[in-house]
Amino acid sequence: MKPPSFVYHAPATVAEAVEALAAAGADGKVLAGGQSLIPLMNMRLAAPGHLVDINHVAGLAEITAEPGGVRVGALARHAEVEASETAHAAQPLVREALRLVAHPAVRNRGTTVGSIVHADPAAEMPAVLALLDGSVRVRGPEGERDIPAGEFFVGPMESSLRTGELAVSVFFPSARGGTAILEVARRHGDYAMAGVAALVAPDHAKVACLSVGAVPVVVDVTEAEGDWKRAAELVQDQIDPEADIHATADYRRHLTGVLTERALKAAADA
Amino acid sequence: MHDVSLIVNGVPREARVPARRLLSDFLRHDLGLTGTHVGCEHGVCGACTVLLDGQPVRSCLTFAVSVAGHEVTTVEGLAKDGELSAVQRGFAECHGLQCGFCTPGFLTTATAFLRDHPAPSDDDVIEAVSGNLCRCTGYQNIVKSVHRAAELLAEEGS
Repeated sequence: MKPPSFVYHAPATVAEAVEALAAAGADGKVLAGGQSLIPLMNMRLAAPGHLVDINHVAGLAEITAEPGGVRVGALARHAEVEASETAHAAQPLVREALRLVAHPAVRNRGTTVGSIVHADPAAEMPAVLALLDGSVRVRGPEGERDIPAGEFFVGPMESSLRTGELAVSVFFPSARGGTAILEVARRHGDYAMAGVAALVAPDHAKVACLSVGAVPVVVDVTEAEGDWKRAAELVQDQIDPEADIHATADYRRHLTGVLTERALKAAADA
Repeated sequence: MHDVSLIVNGVPREARVPARRLLSDFLRHDLGLTGTHVGCEHGVCGACTVLLDGQPVRSCLTFAVSVAGHEVTTVEGLAKDGELSAVQRGFAECHGLQCGFCTPGFLTTATAFLRDHPAPSDDDVIEAVSGNLCRCTGYQNIVKSVHRAAELLAEEGS
């Protein structure tokens, strides 16, 4: 179908974007890549009255090495982040996970920050940010603040961004250990029925699971002490998957267990 | 309403459209370029794929107003001087299409892919067209077509 009509704003600076968002209030949405928002609008599941298009804002597409990780700007497309050697050197999990995000044509337009702000619990990049204890930098009428990933994801498609705030970048920390991400989807590029991102460091191990809760589910499995089968059981005890037309809850729980064991093993070997 | 100017297949084009006009509809309805096909209109089927500044994107998931000033290549822009491009010839030679509805998306996708990967493996080709659905061919001939196009491009280049 066709998207509903809206008032279009094309700010040239972050300050103008924040002003337009604040004026629009709860009826305003940010348009970056639009690869999640426009399908929702085309299907008439979303009908924002105002769209604030940040595609013309300068300085938001940067991918910058910072001490302890990499910062990705709000207009950096998935494909650019995937290709970025800067991002790869700081955190190889970012490229590995981006290759699982949709298809190349969607990654050419969609943005990594947008995917995180969309906060879909079935998406890969929110799980990666949650696993790594990354953060989202937001600019609002009251200035700038960094929101830790643990406080960012509140519910399905719901973040702790306040009305009038714009996410300007996210920070993916480097890790002292190995990382890996695995998922099972009906078709490559589709939303996964289950997926697990894993981090194994010398003194701790944890996973972030997608598609098995309202937000990315992070489980510390340090107490398994390298017994990844035991870790998989710990994770299965902590998730509460739902059934839908693609998979039953039991099947999702089974997949998450298998993927947890494999992802932790791959992260330990990485 | 917004005045939107784009460079389409090398030619500056302009139309006055509402902000909600999708790039796919801008091309088809406002510019009369009906080669770009609209299948699912929510980003799944890939039939509407066009090249935006050389990169394949879903025109049904892009607002025309948002890409004003940029360059768009549609399936109409692939043939040069009335002669089919190497990718188009590859599809014709290998029966890479039957009903043809999905073909504009496959052709634009394969054009950008072969520019960046002139000698792809089977797996590379399958990954490259994984975002495009075809209900007729079963894909085998599409994969063959892309390989044949790579050969034709290599011959053109030598």
